[in-house]
Amino acid sequence: MKVVLENLTKRFPSRNKKGEDVIAVNNFNFEIPDGQLIGLLGPSGCGKSTTLNLISGLETPTSGKIYFGDEDVTNLPPEARGVGLVFQNYALYPHLTVEENIIFPLQNLKGDKKMTKEAMHDKAVETAKLVQIDGLMERKPKELSGGQQQRVAIARALVKIPRVLLLDEPLSNLDARLRLQTREELRRIQRDTGVTTIFVTHDQEEAMSISDLIIVMKDGVVHQIGKPQDVYDEPANLFVAQFLGTPQINVFEGRIQGGKVWIGNEAVLDVPGKADRDVWVGIRPEGFIPDENGPFTCKMDRVEVMGRDVSVVSTHEKMTGKSIRSIVSAENKFKPGQEAVRFSLKPYKVFLFDRESEERV
Amino acid sequence: MIEKKNARLSRVLIYFFLVIWAVIVLFPFYWMVMTSVKKTSAYDSELTPKMIAEEPTLENYENAFKFREGTQGKEGSLGRYFINTIIFTVVTTGLMMLVIVPAAFAFARLQFYGKKALFALFLSLMMIPSELVIITNYATVVGLGMNKGNMTYLGLILPSVTSVFYIYLLKENFEAIPDELYNAARVDGTSDLKYLLKVMVPISQPTIVTIVILKVIECWNSFVWPRLILQGNKPYYLVSNGIQSIRENGFGRQDVPAMMAAVVLVSLPLIVLFLVFRDKIMAGVSRGGTKG
Amino acid sequence: MKKKNNMKAWLYLLPAILFLGVFMVYPLIDVCIYSLEESYAADGTVASIGLGNFRDVLCDKFFIQALKNTFILVIITVPLSTGLSLLIALGLSSIKTVKKAFQTIYFLPYVTNTLAVGLVFMYLFDKTDRTSGLVNMLLGTDIDFIDGEYWMKMLVTSLYTVWIVMPFKILILTSALASVNQDYYKAAKVDGASSARIFRKITLPMISPTVFYLIITGFIGAFKAYSDEVALFGSKLNVAGMNTIVGYVYDMLYDQPGGGDFGNASAAALILFAIVFTITVINLRFSRNKVQYM
Repeated sequence: MKVVLENLTKRFPSRNKKGEDVIAVNNFNFEIPDGQLIGLLGPSGCGKSTTLNLISGLETPTSGKIYFGDEDVTNLPPEARGVGLVFQNYALYPHLTVEENIIFPLQNLKGDKKMTKEAMHDKAVETAKLVQIDGLMERKPKELSGGQQQRVAIARALVKIPRVLLLDEPLSNLDARLRLQTREELRRIQRDTGVTTIFVTHDQEEAMSISDLIIVMKDGVVHQIGKPQDVYDEPANLFVAQFLGTPQINVFEGRIQGGKVWIGNEAVLDVPGKADRDVWVGIRPEGFIPDENGPFTCKMDRVEVMGRDVSVVSTHEKMTGKSIRSIVSAENKFKPGQEAVRFSLKPYKVFLFDRESEERV
Repeated sequence: MIEKKNARLSRVLIYFFLVIWAVIVLFPFYWMVMTSVKKTSAYDSELTPKMIAEEPTLENYENAFKFREGTQGKEGSLGRYFINTIIFTVVTTGLMMLVIVPAAFAFARLQFYGKKALFALFLSLMMIPSELVIITNYATVVGLGMNKGNMTYLGLILPSVTSVFYIYLLKENFEAIPDELYNAARVDGTSDLKYLLKVMVPISQPTIVTIVILKVIECWNSFVWPRLILQGNKPYYLVSNGIQSIRENGFGRQDVPAMMAAVVLVSLPLIVLFLVFRDKIMAGVSRGGTKG
Repeated sequence: MKKKNNMKAWLYLLPAILFLGVFMVYPLIDVCIYSLEESYAADGTVASIGLGNFRDVLCDKFFIQALKNTFILVIITVPLSTGLSLLIALGLSSIKTVKKAFQTIYFLPYVTNTLAVGLVFMYLFDKTDRTSGLVNMLLGTDIDFIDGEYWMKMLVTSLYTVWIVMPFKILILTSALASVNQDYYKAAKVDGASSARIFRKITLPMISPTVFYLIITGFIGAFKAYSDEVALFGSKLNVAGMNTIVGYVYDMLYDQPGGGDFGNASAAALILFAIVFTITVINLRFSRNKVQYM
């Protein structure tokens, strides 16, 4: 099912009486193609969860429209939308067994959708098999591990075959090892069912690794939509560039002058045909090539060995962070006590942003 | 060494003191049971009270049940009082749950205009002593004819089917249930009523059981309100009124062992209830129950 | 959507509002009106309005007797029961074996029928033509506790009241003592404080909010005493000289020609409320200055 958001806005009344309204979601426009896994990514408090609640119908938008396929669902209550929702803390009913939890949504069906007890049981078992918890049907939620509870929550969301599956921070309550494993599992389940799935996360690595598309948002505004690799390679603005990638992108104060990019008094890169102006220069850690004759000179701090690669930590008077981190091949040799390190730069790993608007130049 | 001796001495003193109080608490119970199995003739011939019944008998229990009081057609009996009390207790407690569960749900879960003001009003009603409202309630009940015939049950029951305190207790409990559960249920198309009955009530079951038990205790011991509206209407007496009436007008004056048998019978149900639900009752009371 | 939700909420609240309206709010207003209706004309309409009912009640010797009895009961039983239950709770919290059995036994009076056990108390103290009763036998005395001197009757009443109210207080104090952080005791022991000093300087301040809560509820409860007295002395309390304020209110409604003297009953109930209210406010004032809230 295709999901379309059109000029979607949600304001919350301010807590104090005088203050302005809080705009959690500001004029969203995007279209999610059918059958894809979408990562909704942003720092905490950026309006991700509100967006999810708007799509599920738990909250109604201040203005704008939501379509599932061609159907306008903006004013439909949650139950009429046919969405499955998995909560961050799973929200399993503590007094019901796994099977009863999974069956619960089916018992609400009315009219000709109403199912017999056997049909519901079969359906629950089938869904449980899909998420591999069919051996735990008689247990209570508190007798399950975090990962198992998560699967029950997913099964409960999937059992009525939703048009759209929504997951709110699905992995954040799991420990690191389980998170990796569950990530793969989520991808598999989504592939197997083919349900359009939107999940919210603040972890960019998580979003990049399994999504077909990612949506990067901040302060209620969508900053970029695209395939994970495209967004990484072509960030639309400084925020997106900084938010994606570990280690973080290195940002310098710089300027364009005479077709060259200047950082301090060094011209580090040729950019023919660009107008002169002040910019932020973003350089991905993997964009540095150690080069004794390179145009860019930094003050050496230390080298961290990581095996295949080494991480060179250096400083520069125009940098905006605490240090500059560059990832280079371990074949490069650095002398102990070396004071300066010179780099040449890979042009496609260098991004220029306007100093004022922070938009990509 | 001296310190150790002191510690042991104080331990002995503490136990001694605790045992004394335990004896004071238990003795009346022992005495009522013991007297209830004494032969009436034996009891009446005791010039100094005896601690042990020499020829224990259960005939006093039989006599207590056989006894009838009141005029023909307006008779009361111990069995009748028991039945009345059971009806009163079950219906009052049941009705109260029907009233307080939805109210607590509305306060805990639903958003509506005037909620804060209404809740403040409810809380302030908690301070009002029943003595203040009982006068008008008496007039109301008599005015509606609810002190005559089988309508009497309504007169007994209706004034005590709401408890602001229990609404408050339940509301606090409902509010502790995470919002996510409610949202999950809404996404699944669960109606509010179904959510209340299938999720909130089962999760809050410990509190609900506590409330039911406390209300049952309260109902079983009701005395003042029934006495006021019954005023000699013996067929509708509850056990407390029955005990009082038997003692003042019935066999209580001549047949003390039979009187004690009646007292044992009246006390027993709650003591059994207490021994079964000991922890629940004590936890419930310490959360804010008071006597009566 | 919003409007529908409003409607639904009020629907859920309807039964509670209805019952509270009829049996709590309306009577509250009505009792004030009753108390001001001095006399009625032959057709039942109100003939005069004023404070006459209050004057009548305050001049009634039975009311004065009830007032005196209630105050004496309050002054004896509240400190006695609170102090005694504090001692017992301290004892309970210092032992480990059979603690649960003790707690169970101590709670029993809470679940017993006041009327029924009161009757047992009466027989224990009662002196008849035939025997002077168990208590007299144990004490080696020959006192008429039930039909005799005023102070002897008051003694029995106080004892029974204390017996009845102890379970609640012991329970509350025991859990208050259990919730005091054990680290304070450890710290004090390390510092070499004596147990008396620990009690005075640590335990008592820590549980003082609970103690004051018990004193306040104890006052309120004791001012409403009634059924304990009926259990001991029968329902003709005025004759026995052991009536209480609540008993006075009920007697105004019970067995009266014309269904009861509502004006005087209302006035007496309002006087009781005023007394309880004043004493609660004084208590709260006092406790606010004295109690350490943690």
